[in-house]
Amino acid sequence: MRDLNDIVKEAEHLFDTTDDPNELEHVKARYLGKNGELTELLKGLSKLPLDQRPDMGSRINQTKSQIETLLKSRRLYLQEQILREKLKEEALDVTMPGRGYTKGGLHPVTQTLMRIEALFHSIGYEVASGPEIETDFYNFTALNIPENHPARAMHDTFYVDNGNLLRTHTSPVQIHFMLENNPPFKLIAPGRVYRCDSDVTHTPMFHQVEGLWVDEQANFAALKGVLVNFMKQFFEQDNLRVRFRPSFFPFTEPSAEMDISCVKCDGKGCRICGQTGWLEVLGCGMVHPNVLRHVNIDSERYIGFAFGLGVERLAMLRYGVSDLRSFFENDLRFLKQFN
Amino acid sequence: MKFSESWLRTFVNPDYTSDELAHALTMAGLEVENLEPVAASFEHVVVAEVLGVENHPEADRLKICQVSVGEHAKEPLQIVCGAPNVKPGIKVPCALIGGKLPGIEIKKVKLRGVLSFGMLCSARELGINENADGLMVLPDDAPTGQNFRDYYALNDKVFTLSLTPNRADCLSVYGIAREISAITDTLLAPLKISHASEEIPDKIEVHIKAPDACPLYCGRIIRGINLNVDPPLWMKQRLERSGLRSINAVVDTTNYVLLETGQPMHAFDLARLEGAIRVRYAEAGEKITLLNDSEIVLTPDMLLIVDDYKPLALAGIMGGLESAVVSETVDIFLECAFFIPNCISGKSFTLGFSSDSAHRFERGVDFAATRSVLEYATELIQSICGGKVGPVIETKYQLPERRQVAVRSDRVRRVLGISLTTDQIFEYFKRLQFVFSENDGIFYVTPPSYRFDLVIEEDFIEELARIHGYDAILAQQPRAELSMLAVPEKKHTPAAIKQMLVMRDYQEVVNYAFVDEFWERDLLQNSRPIVLKNPIASHMSVMRSGLIGGLIANLQFNLNRKQDRVRLFEMGGCFECDSNGNYRQFDKLAGLGCGDVYPEQWGESARTIDFFDLKADIEVLFHARELNFQPGSHPAFHPGKSARIIVEQNFAGWLGELHPHWQKKFDLPRSVVLFELSLDCLLPKSLAHAKEMSKYPPVRRDIAITVDNQVAVQSLLDVMQENKPEIVTEIVLFDMYRGKSVGEKRKSLAFRILLQDIEKTLTDEEIDNAISSLLHVLELKFCATLRV
Repeated sequence: MRDLNDIVKEAEHLFDTTDDPNELEHVKARYLGKNGELTELLKGLSKLPLDQRPDMGSRINQTKSQIETLLKSRRLYLQEQILREKLKEEALDVTMPGRGYTKGGLHPVTQTLMRIEALFHSIGYEVASGPEIETDFYNFTALNIPENHPARAMHDTFYVDNGNLLRTHTSPVQIHFMLENNPPFKLIAPGRVYRCDSDVTHTPMFHQVEGLWVDEQANFAALKGVLVNFMKQFFEQDNLRVRFRPSFFPFTEPSAEMDISCVKCDGKGCRICGQTGWLEVLGCGMVHPNVLRHVNIDSERYIGFAFGLGVERLAMLRYGVSDLRSFFENDLRFLKQFN
Repeated sequence: MKFSESWLRTFVNPDYTSDELAHALTMAGLEVENLEPVAASFEHVVVAEVLGVENHPEADRLKICQVSVGEHAKEPLQIVCGAPNVKPGIKVPCALIGGKLPGIEIKKVKLRGVLSFGMLCSARELGINENADGLMVLPDDAPTGQNFRDYYALNDKVFTLSLTPNRADCLSVYGIAREISAITDTLLAPLKISHASEEIPDKIEVHIKAPDACPLYCGRIIRGINLNVDPPLWMKQRLERSGLRSINAVVDTTNYVLLETGQPMHAFDLARLEGAIRVRYAEAGEKITLLNDSEIVLTPDMLLIVDDYKPLALAGIMGGLESAVVSETVDIFLECAFFIPNCISGKSFTLGFSSDSAHRFERGVDFAATRSVLEYATELIQSICGGKVGPVIETKYQLPERRQVAVRSDRVRRVLGISLTTDQIFEYFKRLQFVFSENDGIFYVTPPSYRFDLVIEEDFIEELARIHGYDAILAQQPRAELSMLAVPEKKHTPAAIKQMLVMRDYQEVVNYAFVDEFWERDLLQNSRPIVLKNPIASHMSVMRSGLIGGLIANLQFNLNRKQDRVRLFEMGGCFECDSNGNYRQFDKLAGLGCGDVYPEQWGESARTIDFFDLKADIEVLFHARELNFQPGSHPAFHPGKSARIIVEQNFAGWLGELHPHWQKKFDLPRSVVLFELSLDCLLPKSLAHAKEMSKYPPVRRDIAITVDNQVAVQSLLDVMQENKPEIVTEIVLFDMYRGKSVGEKRKSLAFRILLQDIEKTLTDEEIDNAISSLLHVLELKFCATLRV
């Protein structure tokens, strides 16, 4: 009879050198099968003297379980090996492009409008709207622009018929809103406006955002505060410099135009700012008492300030668009740059 | 408004550089659009006299000149010159050797073998006038040898201001000087006006028939003037630097006075006047030919200056050609009047042209200066052209009132948000030369006659803010009561709708709201489009009532640029005129798909986008709402591939494939699918309401039936929904098949049926009964047969 330890050693060696799972079962049979070496040893126990049987039996069983443990661990190893092989074969080229749709995008004017709305919304401005086919009254008269006023000629109005026109600015929304609501209020009115003018720097339709704040506390310093705050946030430039210049709008008094330091050259002077270092970005002022009177608001008690800004102008400056007309050509190659 | 700086500085001369002055003007609301030197920088250019001119032996176009440059050379210089207008006796600017002109350095050179010791200059070479040709010929009295910069006062700059319509008072050099005096707190020199002595008694009768429009008319006769004299150099230079050409001494003088004082004037040839002068409104159909050669048919709202027989001038706008001062004129009638702004404004818009005079009268001219400006012009004309002066004829009615305005210092501080003291207000009003008094913090201010923009308290607040400086008003964050804004949950925002389409691969476009009339009349069969009276182009002449025309145009544009997979959407206003003639505006959302469903990619075979791809997009937009598609016909769409979209029983829009004949007409290579929806129908959103989930597992049964081809799936679904047992929770079509095995003119439809009970597990019997009840009703209503 061989030494049991030798048997274990031999089995271990044979297991470790067998890579095929079926073959492994054959090797196992050599020790543990019906006619396996250990099975035979157990069968032969009956031939031993009685007093040696328990000891020998337990040694053989111990050997058997040792071999079984070795077998199990080899089996597990081989199974895992197979799985590893299989997974290796299944591996993808993860660098292949994804399938399905891509994503579209919003027009840059929409993105700019959303940004403007979000900024004003954050300090409680609500959004108002009004008709684009307006009456002469809302577009001009109620805004203190009487017939024959030189300011009317500056507006290049599209006429629909007597008394009706395409609004030349979003300011008439102020009038609609003030007639329907009681102060205090603060609102912005984004929308399309129309002027009979078309060249490199003008399109016959464009977008404006009108802003209005009517309150007992409103004043010119606050108007400046809101607009400076807005421009810095819009361009995300804390060091943006601004200046306000007196100007003229029939519906505000005092009136101002706001310039910002050129966002392209930081005020040094470039093509965008016409070498002046400044960009004219909006018109604003304190609501003219005549306008408040038209909408039955007591101008002694309430003071208002208003502003109107050109959306395309801001979009051009923000995104570096050099030709205003490209907003309305709807060339996908242009539009996709903003996705 | 364009003027020379040196002219301005004769009236007010603050210690500011040109750039500082420009900045101060801009920051006071008189925007300086341009500031440039009147000439380029150059050196060693002097006044020279051409003594002799000979032909160059080697070149036809060149001349050899002998030129005197005074003290700069003992002998006359020999200079070769190519200008066609060179001749002996003229005075011209001459660049000496060592001189520098823009881009040129003057050296002794040989030109075709002849030495040249300098260069005779044109105004273009000196950067004075870009369009000048030939030598710049100077007046005969130009002192030979004088430095040309000094002689021609070229160390000067030209300001160009862009003025707002309220600042009529700054449409003159003196007006701007007055403004600068206030802004910079510098002394303003008065206009020096002396009265010409009357030498002749000649007068013309003047009758104002329209005193509401012309409350003041002054005039006088000047006889025996000499129009063959040149106006003085300084006057010509100032006019030139304001962009005006010299015409004759009288016209130049009236132009000069207009630029300096802002008061338009007119000179008539006295010989052309017959009888008395009248100021009256025109009669309809009257005609006049104006100085710009245009014949105008007048309307009764236009004001005329006439004599006994004929119109002489369109009052305040332009003189008539017939009575104009010409070179033969000897006697003149000089007019200086005041016309009410409202009577002049709007006229140049109607006429299609404007004039310096109309531009000023419609904004407002100083009516207190009318007579003294006439005196000033008289003095200038007499000093230049001589002549004998008649008495001033003045006819006067009610002039505009200047009402005193109370300006409360409290209100000033409240509106501006700064603490301006009473003393500061006092000082600012003084600088502005306003007439005022103050009592207990209230200022009583009378606006000057030259200001037409100061009527109410706010107007004066703006004046104070301007003088104080807008930049000196510190920005403050406003304080207000806080309250939250509404955030409606049962409504989509338009932005959220747009975002859904973006995530489904659509690109947003923005089109003009005016379109080609064709899109409206033919594509949308809108028989009453809203037509613009003054469209900017014929293809943008009517207001759109729908969006799909614009999307098709965008598709064409992009296909032409090799973009062959196109998905677009637009959200925007559309317009209609109802039967009462009222305009209605409503927002729509439209989408377009053309080309492959997916971008070209591996692992997916290409498929052209079709009706059902866009239908899925619409289903997403209306998610969780009752949505139906009904066959319908629309002029733009394929009659068999278009549907009316019904949302909760309301018509919401259209989905369809572009009609093949439009596809052909627009030369589109592939089919195009479009939808158009009313935004109002899209916005409602249902608020989620959670129900209890069943603890028991759902059971799925699939049924396949065959029905006639004509039977719409929706009708099957509707009937099943109406008749289904309660335990049927979901019925979905998951397959459709046509082929030989199902028979001709029939189709096979497969539905997935989910069954579930909230309280118990379903038994086989219950399930079988439910399914057969569905099959039974399908068989009964649609002759459906179960496919085995």
